[in-house]
Amino acid sequence: MNEVLMKVQDLSKHFTIETNFLGKPLSVLKAVDEVSFTIKKGEAFGLVGESGCGKTTLGKILVDLYSPTSGKIFFEGKELSALNKKQRRSYCKDIQMIFQDPYASLNPRMTIGDIIAEPIIINNLLPPSEVEERVIYLLNCVGLARHQRNRYPHEFSGGQRQRVGIARALAVEPKLIVCDEPVSALDVSIQAQVLNLLDDLKAEFGLTYLFIAHGLNVVKHISDRVGVMYLGKLMEIAPKRELYANPLNPYTQALLSAIPIINPEKKKERIILKGDVPSPINPPSGCRFCSRCFKELDRCKLNAPALREVSPDHWVACHLYD
Amino acid sequence: MPKDISTSSDKNSIQAAEYVEKPESQLKEMWATLRQNKAAVVGLFIIGMLTLIAVTVWVSELIGVQILPYDPNYSDMSKSFIWPNAEHWFGTDQLGRDMFSRILDGTKISLFVGVAAVAISLSIGVLLGSIAGYRGGRTDAFIMRVMDVMLAIPSILLAIAFMAALGKGLDKAVIAIGLVSIPEYARIVRGSILSVKENDYVQAAKVIGNGDSRIIFKHILPNIISLIVVRATLGVSSAVLDTAALGFLGLGVQPPFAEWGDMLGRARGFIFTAPYTLIFPGIAITITVLAFNLFGDGLRDALDPKSRIK
Repeated sequence: MNEVLMKVQDLSKHFTIETNFLGKPLSVLKAVDEVSFTIKKGEAFGLVGESGCGKTTLGKILVDLYSPTSGKIFFEGKELSALNKKQRRSYCKDIQMIFQDPYASLNPRMTIGDIIAEPIIINNLLPPSEVEERVIYLLNCVGLARHQRNRYPHEFSGGQRQRVGIARALAVEPKLIVCDEPVSALDVSIQAQVLNLLDDLKAEFGLTYLFIAHGLNVVKHISDRVGVMYLGKLMEIAPKRELYANPLNPYTQALLSAIPIINPEKKKERIILKGDVPSPINPPSGCRFCSRCFKELDRCKLNAPALREVSPDHWVACHLYD
Repeated sequence: MPKDISTSSDKNSIQAAEYVEKPESQLKEMWATLRQNKAAVVGLFIIGMLTLIAVTVWVSELIGVQILPYDPNYSDMSKSFIWPNAEHWFGTDQLGRDMFSRILDGTKISLFVGVAAVAISLSIGVLLGSIAGYRGGRTDAFIMRVMDVMLAIPSILLAIAFMAALGKGLDKAVIAIGLVSIPEYARIVRGSILSVKENDYVQAAKVIGNGDSRIIFKHILPNIISLIVVRATLGVSSAVLDTAALGFLGLGVQPPFAEWGDMLGRARGFIFTAPYTLIFPGIAITITVLAFNLFGDGLRDALDPKSRIK
């Protein structure tokens, strides 16, 4: 459990919003800004944050859909950006993704069997005669039946489609799966089913997850460790229990206080943040959170706090703990 | 758990487990919707008849059997300008050739030109549009600016310029018409690829390791095929019109072969003395273009899953 599977070092992704006519960038959106963390083999690393904080961008960099502006990604000790295209392909095969919207992530012109068979075929994982058997096996793994193999995605419900998306990700026998808010588009009743399925598959196939979500309650169910993101920066990383019991960063405290409690009798102090999330094109100087923070210090505006380990395995980026 | 699993636990479990449903036929649904559209059915019927005529004339020419009432290219000056009668249904032209036979013979050329020109512009246009839309950036800018330049010049003028470079003749007319309509296809394909490629399933295809060409041909193009098919059907009618225009200008088919536009062009001096030499080729062009347009419109509805009848 302590072996490091993926190490991300100072990873940044900047999108150019505007350029002058010579192609020189005028304004840049820092979607992910110098993010560092590690994912250990066999764990589920949760990543939470508001919409627009760069979680999905980060996930897409890890599966090689975007190339990072700067920073390094180590996967099983190998630095991915140093590899050539072909070598990277074989590594990236081991990193798969489950997409957020099951209605958009399946090709409407392909049967679900073909969708699941495709990764096996193009990566030459099995001889053609054995592909079909594997497809049926994968369908069964995610709780779909053999006879549904030739149906088109539009004949399925959202939860079933997400199962197809999971089967497709499993087809290449990946080591790491980036789950990009896999349940946020589903009904609450279906959410639990899919989360349990993901949990079961993790044990069965020995998977590691990077689990992206925008609510701490979903992450609580499945993750071992949780990272909190705000405006492209990681604010806090801690084991799940530690984070929920002892949140250090004011932003994490505010997020946790926003989780509804089931017991209506119980009064809870709710931290209401002032203002809106600032634009990532023009973020506040210093700490990204300083414009909304309720424990703001003078130096917060001046320089950005680094992510440091304040207690074993509990990392936080905040001047309060310097 | 999906409910289908519970059904396989009953006594038919073995059959149920072995049973794999056939994929639903999309063609069948399409046909059902198309049949509801009367105009499209009429269009399809006319296209069918035209094809039948063209193929029959062509085959009979190949095997040397004359099934047309007269040889379409045989001129008899003593019989010129006969008004339509029982013997010559559409009359005879200035050289005494039977108009009815010539119009039937012209079907073959018009249909061939329409389909061949569309095949040329479709294949090149789809390829260029796909590359431009998928690649984006400078490749896109370069391809689309070239297309814009082509669009800026009136297509018939451009076709004439191509003909000037290539020389006269039917084959060259086909190539010229094919080339000038490339931008239309390239633009349509590029535009729809731009919207389709942002879909998660295209990104998913990338993540599982598809190459660019496989993504384009397997994941993107099948999803915009309906647009392309509809445009191609309508494109046949404009190709027929363009051939007629080139023929009218004397650049298309060379005499004595019968082609509707060429017939119109050569008869234009006799519009008052022998109007039937213009009317019948004109009607033939109109009917063909109309048929393809009606069918294309119907096809657009039939290929749109939202307006499809189950």
